[in-house]
Amino acid sequence: MNAETKKLRVATTSLAGCFGCHISFLDIDERLLDLVQLVEFDRSPLTDIKTCGPCDIGIIEGGLCNAENVHVLREFRANCKILIALGACAVNGGLPAQRNHLSLSAILEEVYHAQHGLVDGFIPNDPELPLPLDKVHPIHEVVKVDYFIPGCPPSADAIWKVLTDLLAGKEPELGHGLIHYD
Amino acid sequence: MGVESPARQKKRFSRFATIESLLMASPTDTHAEYLDPILSRHQHNANDLLQILIAAQDHYGYIHSDAIDHLSEQLKLPRSKIEGVSGFYSFLHLQANGEYRVLFSDNITDRMLGNMDLMQSMCSQLWVEPGKVSEDGLLSINTTSCTGLCDQGPALLVNNIAINRLTRERVNAIAELIRERVPVSAWPAMFFAIEDNIRRKDILLDSHLKPGSALAALLQRGTHETLHEIRTSALRGRGGAGFSTGLKWEFCRDAPGEQHYVVCNADEGEPGTFKDRVLLNGYADMVFEGMTLCARIVGASKGFLYLRGEYRYLLEHLQAVLQHRRQQKLLGSNILGHADFNFDIEIHLGAGAYICGEESALIESLEGKRGTPRNRPPFPVTHGYLNQPTVVNNVETFASASLIALHGGAWYAAIGTDTSHGTKILSVSGDCERPGLYEYPFGVTVAQVLADCGAQDTQAVQVSGASGVCIAADEFERHIAFDDIPTAGAFMVFDQSRDMFEVARNFVHFFAHESCGFCTPCRVGTSLLSNMMDKLAEGHGSPYDFAEIEKLNALLQSTSHCGLGHSACNPVLDTIAKFRPAYDKRLAQKDFVPAFDLDHALSQARQMTGRDDTGAHLERSHE
Amino acid sequence: MNKDVTFALSSAGVGESVARGQLDRGGVAMNNKPATFTLDGKTIPFSAGQTLIQAAMAAGVYIPHLCYNPEFKPHGSCKLCTVKADGRHTSSCTHQAQDGMVVESDTKEINDERRALLQMLFVEGNHFCPSCEKSGNCQLQATAYEIGMMSPHFDHFFPDRPLDASHPDYLLDFNRCILCSLCVRASRDVDGKNVFALSGRGIKSHLIVNAKSGRLADTGFSGEDKAAHVCPVGVILKKRVGFAVPIGSRSFDEQPISATPHPGPAAATLPPHPQGACPVGPRSNAATLPPHPTVKDV
Repeated sequence: MNAETKKLRVATTSLAGCFGCHISFLDIDERLLDLVQLVEFDRSPLTDIKTCGPCDIGIIEGGLCNAENVHVLREFRANCKILIALGACAVNGGLPAQRNHLSLSAILEEVYHAQHGLVDGFIPNDPELPLPLDKVHPIHEVVKVDYFIPGCPPSADAIWKVLTDLLAGKEPELGHGLIHYD
Repeated sequence: MGVESPARQKKRFSRFATIESLLMASPTDTHAEYLDPILSRHQHNANDLLQILIAAQDHYGYIHSDAIDHLSEQLKLPRSKIEGVSGFYSFLHLQANGEYRVLFSDNITDRMLGNMDLMQSMCSQLWVEPGKVSEDGLLSINTTSCTGLCDQGPALLVNNIAINRLTRERVNAIAELIRERVPVSAWPAMFFAIEDNIRRKDILLDSHLKPGSALAALLQRGTHETLHEIRTSALRGRGGAGFSTGLKWEFCRDAPGEQHYVVCNADEGEPGTFKDRVLLNGYADMVFEGMTLCARIVGASKGFLYLRGEYRYLLEHLQAVLQHRRQQKLLGSNILGHADFNFDIEIHLGAGAYICGEESALIESLEGKRGTPRNRPPFPVTHGYLNQPTVVNNVETFASASLIALHGGAWYAAIGTDTSHGTKILSVSGDCERPGLYEYPFGVTVAQVLADCGAQDTQAVQVSGASGVCIAADEFERHIAFDDIPTAGAFMVFDQSRDMFEVARNFVHFFAHESCGFCTPCRVGTSLLSNMMDKLAEGHGSPYDFAEIEKLNALLQSTSHCGLGHSACNPVLDTIAKFRPAYDKRLAQKDFVPAFDLDHALSQARQMTGRDDTGAHLERSHE
Repeated sequence: MNKDVTFALSSAGVGESVARGQLDRGGVAMNNKPATFTLDGKTIPFSAGQTLIQAAMAAGVYIPHLCYNPEFKPHGSCKLCTVKADGRHTSSCTHQAQDGMVVESDTKEINDERRALLQMLFVEGNHFCPSCEKSGNCQLQATAYEIGMMSPHFDHFFPDRPLDASHPDYLLDFNRCILCSLCVRASRDVDGKNVFALSGRGIKSHLIVNAKSGRLADTGFSGEDKAAHVCPVGVILKKRVGFAVPIGSRSFDEQPISATPHPGPAAATLPPHPQGACPVGPRSNAATLPPHPTVKDV
């Protein structure tokens, strides 16, 4: 590819995730320099752009645990030609989804009322705060997702492989050692 | 067993009043008291586990954990096995499930006759939610798969006894009887008046076969020669698969084994099928005679009739017929005076598991196990009950065999078409004036049946039940025959007012409920499919979901363990192909939307925080 | 027999196999040559009574499987070992090899089906690999890697399956149970204990233990049992030894589950080996990691 080629626009975000996937993304290290020859970043922790504009690729870390996650995911889906689920939480709910066997009421009750040492606990109800969903969902259960990179986090090489495959117009594939769920 | 005697009912209903007496006895003693006679009746035979569990529940209302201890000790079975078997059958309960257990039949034909409204009405009258036990432990109300009363629905089972022709008045009366704690045995007899509704008779239903006449013909003609007649008749299995009966008997006869067995499959679970119920009610002698013929031919001395739990009200009648046949020397030792002709029949009850209609699952169930279909080969003809050579045939097949033994194979073969000989009994239900049983020579057209049963403005016919085929109006000239429209007997009629998507959805739910859970594709796939159909029904379907349904269908057909998984998608595929507009109106969404309701997913949080601002809500689909 | 898929309430298929003479082809050396079948074009010899998967494994050819374990009677429930034998789908763990049979296994069609079956198993239970002690040694996970499962695809059921930590030395985490019945078979057939059984039906099928309390501690279970060592996933776990093997050195970190000279399609797409060092994440394994191509390469 030559420098004349129009750069692809990429947005990233973390929903109900820990930013570990983003850290892993940064682990592509010096290849980041190669990457910025080919892409420019829209909304992303790297740019501090607050809303996603029209993009070629959107990368979502984390699953959906609250209303705001849903809004952001939909914003990405509406603006990105290709949407990628990055990491275990986006792919299957991950660690946050391990609350799914408990009722949300019981969780809120436990955290804000019943827990030992709480005095006059109350459940925050400020309209500024996003309300939690009764279950944590992976993102493909709410919007159509084009590609998935599993892993907790996916290795930098896995991320790099998928991105470079996509940039080359190939179907991304991860072989042994690159595909892992943990 | 059978309909409970008033005395036993009274005893059972009085148990809550005698808590003190219960406290005085050790828990195991309490259960030993009713279990020991049951165990003795079954000679402590672990193969009879399912029968023992059914009888135990009849007595106590459910299978108590202490009862399992006692059974485990007496039958030398691990309790995990007893629990595993109990957990498989939907009519068995490991927890108290009410003194009155009401199950509304939920076939599409019951739906069309308004069963859901009636169930809701009964639930609200008795203050109970569907699927739950009332707070006072008095009752539970739920749905169950087709109970085989489609020609006289809506129907229900109360403590496994069938009640037909439900109306609002009848439901009110039942609610009152339950509230008043009247034992089921004392309910009005008219509630239990199950009808035969025979509308068209042909050689079988009009045969008036004299008990013993077919056996006499067999003895006169000779065993080998009689098998030859069966072969000549080209009789094929009437349960749906259509395998050659003569060939099956011959394979079984030739298979080495210590014992040979004859099993009559009366687990008539295919939705919309009820011919076997009528045959067993009015033609039981013919059926038993056919089994006895088969026993003579294959060299069996023991047979089983596997009667679906939904038909247990027929049990006493069938036992009486068997007893009468023993008295007439048509069953038991020295049949018709022949010292080497010994054969008897035992009736085993099912307990709410459609899969047990699959012959290898039926055999597992006969052996007191979970009804999981076996790996085949080997087939039952060589390795069946207790791994011995076993013939499993449908009720109608045995009855037809009696006729053939009497009248000869050539006579039978002359009836029907070139590929399908003899007659077929259809159970007609749905949108028609005269639902019931129609016996026709093979080759009858769908249109003829529709005309005879008084169907008007017909949109579709589902032939052979949920796993069968959906026939649209342009195919009504097709024939009922093995090489055109094969059938196990169901013939459900839908007029133009019916929504064929809802028909398919009902069947898909049925398969998900009845999947045995053994293999991955059917266990998970039928539930996924069920969820997808619900998603479409709620208006959240998009072309994406449509493609998913088609993919799932292909997977179930190619990888499932048995016919249930293979056919679970049939109703969807057929209706998509033939009634596409019913689906198109469900594909309201251009793009994928979630299957679950996002706004509802916030409702717990709204409740806990007391918020109801706009930020506390979510649209289901993204505009 | 009619080809209709009507749910066979009678003995569908019996005549078919007899008529086709399949029962006579099993391992019989028709013309004094050893009996063979072809598997994806490769000739596989077999002896009488061997199933397709047994013969394939003996010949060093991998067919994905989960409920199959050579030490136990085949079960045929997971359907991962599905192949096409003479054009028809069948479970290779229960299907007896027959002379001259043409078997397909490693094809796009069959691997697509296997992937969907794996996805079903993943959404049916609660499989959170990052917090599972079995991760890296789990056959479900490794098979999913092998087949290139990138996502669970379907909507999750998120069932509620409480775990059983009652036993002093072993933990049962039912969230990961795939109902393969290996523990049931091991306990029954080898240990003679019947500690485990399946209950329920359909999607509600579940594993139970042989105790009135429903707790493992109240069964005759012991760490010496065969049943303690056959779980292909992370249900039956020995306590206090979790995560002992570092990431990178676990069974399937070292090599894919196939580990055969006949790699799966995913492995076949791996780029050539590294020329220089590649950055290795904390969870990567330098020895087996493929290189990262430069942007110019792609």
